[in-house]
Amino acid sequence: MKSKAVSLVTNNPIKKKSVWSQFVRQWDTQIMIIPGIICVFIFSYAPMYGVLMAFKNYDLFKGFSASPWVGIKQFETFFHAPEFSYVLRNTLCISMLKLLIGFPAPIILALMLNEVRFMAFKRIIQTVTYLPHFLSWVIVSGFVVSMLATDNGSLNMLLQEVHLIQEPINWLSVPSYFWTILISTNVWKDVGFASIVYLAAIAGIDPQLFEAASIDGAGRFRQIFVITIPSILPVIIIFMILAIGNILNAGFDDILLLARNPILRNVSDVIDTYVYRVGVMNSRYSYATAVGLFKSLISVALLTFANRLARRSGNSLW
Amino acid sequence: MKQSVSNRTMSAAIYSSLLLLGLVTLYPFWNSVVIAFNSGSDTSMGGVTFWPREFTLENFKIVLQDNRIIHSFIVSVLRTAIGTFLSIFFTSMFAYGMSKKNIVFKKYYMVFCVITMYFSGGLIPYFLLIRNLGMMNSIWVMIIPSIISVWNMIIFRTFFNELPDALEESATLDGCNAISTFFRIIVPVSGPVIATLSLFTAVYHWNDWFTATIFINKANLTPIQTLLQQILNSNIASEMLQQASGGNAAALEQLNRQQTITTKSLSMATMVVSTVPIMMVYPFLQKYFVKGVLVGSIKG
Repeated sequence: MKSKAVSLVTNNPIKKKSVWSQFVRQWDTQIMIIPGIICVFIFSYAPMYGVLMAFKNYDLFKGFSASPWVGIKQFETFFHAPEFSYVLRNTLCISMLKLLIGFPAPIILALMLNEVRFMAFKRIIQTVTYLPHFLSWVIVSGFVVSMLATDNGSLNMLLQEVHLIQEPINWLSVPSYFWTILISTNVWKDVGFASIVYLAAIAGIDPQLFEAASIDGAGRFRQIFVITIPSILPVIIIFMILAIGNILNAGFDDILLLARNPILRNVSDVIDTYVYRVGVMNSRYSYATAVGLFKSLISVALLTFANRLARRSGNSLW
Repeated sequence: MKQSVSNRTMSAAIYSSLLLLGLVTLYPFWNSVVIAFNSGSDTSMGGVTFWPREFTLENFKIVLQDNRIIHSFIVSVLRTAIGTFLSIFFTSMFAYGMSKKNIVFKKYYMVFCVITMYFSGGLIPYFLLIRNLGMMNSIWVMIIPSIISVWNMIIFRTFFNELPDALEESATLDGCNAISTFFRIIVPVSGPVIATLSLFTAVYHWNDWFTATIFINKANLTPIQTLLQQILNSNIASEMLQQASGGNAAALEQLNRQQTITTKSLSMATMVVSTVPIMMVYPFLQKYFVKGVLVGSIKG
């Protein structure tokens, strides 16, 4: 900053420019920036300040500043709430499952697509698998409900056809099936789109490496493990860090839309959907803010931890 | 080079699993379209899979004549058009300012923006903010808060940084200030990045159902995805628990008046109608998104 200011001064020897007069001179550029900054300030920073509500007992009629401070009472209420244990368990388990299955799936898809030599086939599969990413969760949940319906849902029809089941199963109202349905739908929606990055990383590998490996007698299957995967490892690690930082974002739209049946609440409610329900629908604003803040704090800690791990392997985010 | 047996088995396994994945991805689309074109009473007898058994346009006729659906469609179109235009306009302008050299406070502006990518106040403070701003039940709640996307700003900025300096210098010599340089010189050469980010922003606006769910409870401002959500919801409730709640019962009853039409075939037809715009832009999306994703991931 300073050195740039100095160079400006030497260009303009009449008098020394202060930061403010420089600012005024750049009015044309600053005027393009300021609206953006104001917008970010209002819609991102004002809610951050609003987080203080977690330490208050927000009263709609008294307003924000007049509501009494209650310290960490809201957090204690959450830790002792009957929902606490299952909400936390669902959040952790669902996001772990998403990580465990949803993370490797696009890598495997990219590796498989890379082995396809028949280009038209590859392009068709890519076009088809990228498509669901652009559909809203409302449409996707509509598909799921239709596929799993008891009256002529395709899955029940198929299973009855091959005599695996006698009676149609109401898949979306049995708690023990919910996680499987949720994770599969997520993979279905995003596996193709997520594979783009890995495909691009694979395309960037020096072809000489493959030639050398094949001269050394490595078959195609072996080349995947000795050349392809090690070459795209940095990309994998960066996405892994991002995924770990996101581990408490177990999902929101998908859970809200797929678990409409209240029977599923014990297995479907995660922190975000719980915040929505108690906050927006039951108007317990301070309490819901505290629950949300609890989540953000853990997320930041996880991201820092993951980044520290990654730095040790030389691939850190910051 | 002769392929070994194991290589050939591997190829066969890869091709068949990719084919299976393709079918599994495509089938729900196809089946929904088939059900939407099939007579409702026939669908409820079961067995409709790959091809309509009793072809009819009745479902679409009802959907396209329903005032609520048409109205929501218009709301979605308006919101997508205005929202995308304003967002791209302000975000690209912001990014251009941030891409220029020797700008006072630039470093602080950047830190200010990047912080929001990692921290947020969460749903409830945001909800109360919108309410205090008096933006509930206004179409602007779906447009203004998403006007600046920090993520898109960074992508734009990366693009502008890579433009040759000579372009700007010549404009400055001709007496253009930053604003006219941006509109006369920079925007015309930024076609690809503007197209890419406009498409992504438009898809976001078209697909967003949640904003309207919490901030809008006027029927005449409900976008199509939110309405579809309500239709599916009451559908499921009646299907699963027979507890179709009051809110949408009237709409459902109105849709249900003809015996040959079932809620299922109608919701499928509505889904198809609301997906058509996405399908129409998908070829363009596909042309651009690979580039968009890559720029994003390099910066990310």
